[in-house]
Amino acid sequence: MKAILALEDGTLFEGQSLGATGRTNGEVVFNTGMTGYQEILTDPSYAGQIVTLTYPLIGNYGINPDDFESRRVQVEGFVVREAAEIASNWRSKQTLDSFLKERGIIGIQGIDTRALTRALRVRGVMMGAISTEDTPESLLEHIRNAPGYGSKDLARQVTAEQSYRWRVGDTKPVSAGSVSEVKPRYHIALLDFGVKYNILRSLANLGCETTVYPCTVTAEEVLRANPDGIFLSPGPGDPEQYGYMVDTVRQLVGKKPIMGVCMGNQILGYAFGSKTFKLKFGHRGSNHPVKDLNTGRVYITSQNHGYAVDPDRLKDGMEVAHINLNDGTVEGLRHKELPIFSIQYHPEASPGPSDSAYFFHQYINMLDRHYGRS
Amino acid sequence: MPKDPSIKKVLLIGSGPIIIGQAAEFDYAGAQACRSLREEGIEVVLINSNPATIMTDVEMADRVYIEPLSVEFVERIVAKERPDGIVATLGGQTGLNLATQVAEAGILERYNTRLLGTPLRAIRQAEDREEFRTLMREIGEPVPESWIITDESQLGDAIASGIWPLIVRPAYTLGGTGGGIARNVDELLTITRSGLALSMRHQVMVERYLSGWKEVEYEVMRDANDTAITVCNMENFDPMGVHTGDSIVIAPSQTLSDKEYQMLRTASLKIIRSLGIEGGCNVQLSLDPHSFAYYVIEVNPRVSRSSALASKATGYPIARVSAKIAIGLHLDEIENAVTRKTLACFEPALDYCVLKIPRWPFDKFVGADRRITTQMKATGEVMAIDRAFEPALMKAIRSLEVGIYGLANKTGHTLSDMELEEAIRVPHDERLWSITEGFRRGMMVEEINALSNVDPWFLRKLEGLVNLETRLKVNAPAFKQMSKALESEEEEAQEPLEERFGSAVRLLREAKRMGFADRTVSEFAGMSEGKLRKLRKHLGIVPVYKMVDTCAAEFEALTPYYYSCYDTEDE
Repeated sequence: MKAILALEDGTLFEGQSLGATGRTNGEVVFNTGMTGYQEILTDPSYAGQIVTLTYPLIGNYGINPDDFESRRVQVEGFVVREAAEIASNWRSKQTLDSFLKERGIIGIQGIDTRALTRALRVRGVMMGAISTEDTPESLLEHIRNAPGYGSKDLARQVTAEQSYRWRVGDTKPVSAGSVSEVKPRYHIALLDFGVKYNILRSLANLGCETTVYPCTVTAEEVLRANPDGIFLSPGPGDPEQYGYMVDTVRQLVGKKPIMGVCMGNQILGYAFGSKTFKLKFGHRGSNHPVKDLNTGRVYITSQNHGYAVDPDRLKDGMEVAHINLNDGTVEGLRHKELPIFSIQYHPEASPGPSDSAYFFHQYINMLDRHYGRS
Repeated sequence: MPKDPSIKKVLLIGSGPIIIGQAAEFDYAGAQACRSLREEGIEVVLINSNPATIMTDVEMADRVYIEPLSVEFVERIVAKERPDGIVATLGGQTGLNLATQVAEAGILERYNTRLLGTPLRAIRQAEDREEFRTLMREIGEPVPESWIITDESQLGDAIASGIWPLIVRPAYTLGGTGGGIARNVDELLTITRSGLALSMRHQVMVERYLSGWKEVEYEVMRDANDTAITVCNMENFDPMGVHTGDSIVIAPSQTLSDKEYQMLRTASLKIIRSLGIEGGCNVQLSLDPHSFAYYVIEVNPRVSRSSALASKATGYPIARVSAKIAIGLHLDEIENAVTRKTLACFEPALDYCVLKIPRWPFDKFVGADRRITTQMKATGEVMAIDRAFEPALMKAIRSLEVGIYGLANKTGHTLSDMELEEAIRVPHDERLWSITEGFRRGMMVEEINALSNVDPWFLRKLEGLVNLETRLKVNAPAFKQMSKALESEEEEAQEPLEERFGSAVRLLREAKRMGFADRTVSEFAGMSEGKLRKLRKHLGIVPVYKMVDTCAAEFEALTPYYYSCYDTEDE
């Protein structure tokens, strides 16, 4: 079946339907990672977006039950050059196409994804739509009437409906009241702006039990549970929309050690006087070089963000700790005195390199120092 | 750290004569390194015994010595030129072995010079099987059960282990010379004897043979600041048992999930760090197709045949960057030569598929054993790039220049079914065509996988191509009618061909997109190649050109190169 993809500026691509049929719209973005489509599809930070992968052969190793990063597929639409007919991997349970059909996700294949990527690089990310039932005219009309990406509170759409817990040894979420069998090393309170499971797995692997709170939680409620540390998760959307989260985080600063990732980094930026600006085409992929300004070491990182913190407005002791070597933008913050740090990219990987997993250890070390343990 | 100011003049060791396993790719590496060093204001002295190379052209180095690659001559050149350092990791195994000997002869101390880049200790640790095994155990990376043998009388433990088959790998040899797979005691003795005779150290390793496992390689780089990156990974079409130089290789890997890709990438970076290599390095790993189990097979602590392939496949100049690392530069101080904006400290993102097919000399050695095993027999290789696996494969087949233009070879159809099964089971130079002949005879992906252990994903692609052959044959009448209509149309305007022959036009478009040559399509369609080409061009089915830009179009490229494909946008 035929499908079309239209961009806000009128650019049109004709291809074949992938996954479910119908019509969908979102901000069209590209990711340059060559593996990891299952993790990308289920990463809540892609809510509100139509994701195109620049690597042309997608779906080769199928879909397996273990590599989910959240409970559902989060992308609004999916664009590939060629979706594999068969899935070949020992863990695979189904093909990409059947999985997308089952989950009702609309995609398109057989288009020149490199041409699309070049269009987005030159003109910047923009709204777009995929359809199996529209004419180009009606689809463009649909895009014009759709709300813009930056106007939506996407975090509220993907956040936990109610608090839940991830204990040491768990492979999936359990209810907030669940009793711990192992006494955890630390209790972490995670503010869920769109968390990926691998963050919870990584904390659990280091002996932490995490309570995940909806993004609308109040600082009082978090502090009432007396966690050892606060974790600010990644998430979708324009951080400018999230004044309520910034207020919550401001009230937590100085009370408990804090680590932030991605949206967490941006919210901390706001909490310390700064703002963010939209990147022309974002950073999405598994190959971005980031320099640790403290050690001079460079790490290859997994990234997925469309906004960057303005370094010049940071105040009250917050400073830039990491920068992106491609464009010099802020990739990490550190507080000069308080036990607070954050990074813009993904130490939990999934997908991408695990080179930055040491940040989880750094967080534990920070908690150890704070609580006088060693 | 900026470049080491104490290095003003270096001696670069070339790779010597062209032999199996060490061909023009080292000339490419050496020439790149000369340019790279001179760019940094370094005076380059070059020694190579092979004058028929680019690197020995007068304008490549400041001074060129065409002399035997021996310790004696290197000493004489060092005495005369007094270089501040020697770069030895760009001249293949020959250069590396020579550098090891030069260092052991005390020449470095005598003339107050040193090896640049990868230290001698790292070379020894990577090359000496025993030391390498010990290091891998220390860092917790799995290596297959193995025994170091310096005399055939030591084979007792290996035989007693009951592990069969076993693979014999001689130390310090090139292209696996003298190695092989032993399935019984007699074979083990024969192969071990020949391996010992050929090893510079009179040492071989006997090891568990991972039958049917996937073979995957990573090209990694590290600088003196311990920053380490992956340039490229590659997956062999042929499972373990075929030398990488004799296997069809695909970049990037196609059948590894992100978890597997990252697991092996992490292992490769851990290895290059533990060895302390400064420059490029090639890590070969073996992955169980049915679990996360893997083994480290070997490491080449130098620029290798695979790194030449990885360089061309990604646009990342491994030899150029290695040379700069050797004089002290860090990866984040070296520019990405393709984008000129980003740095050499990143990992290339491919938005195409690269395929390498070895070129064997069996057309010249007619009576030779055409089976391919762990000892490299190929004398060359071809590489093709396209947006998908199928067209890259078809382009590579044509590039071999063996008189084959598609998926049928000259003898495949003459084999009996039993002979064909054997030809699919045992690797040989034309196994690819035996597999497609199998599909032509109605064999299924599962059957061919069971015989060959080639991953079903690759096999499905080949099956798809064979099916396309059939569809082209069935549509021959439509192609002929179109061609005829085109000739008469030149006189009187008619309804466009696309409307009258929609499905045949779509099929032709698909065939070209899948990489079929006009020549092959015309044979199926029963018309001349000229007529087919005229028809194709009339229908507007023409290739476009896309860039190899290292970054999947994320950044603008200033000095890219191009490949053709039947996609939409022409760059």
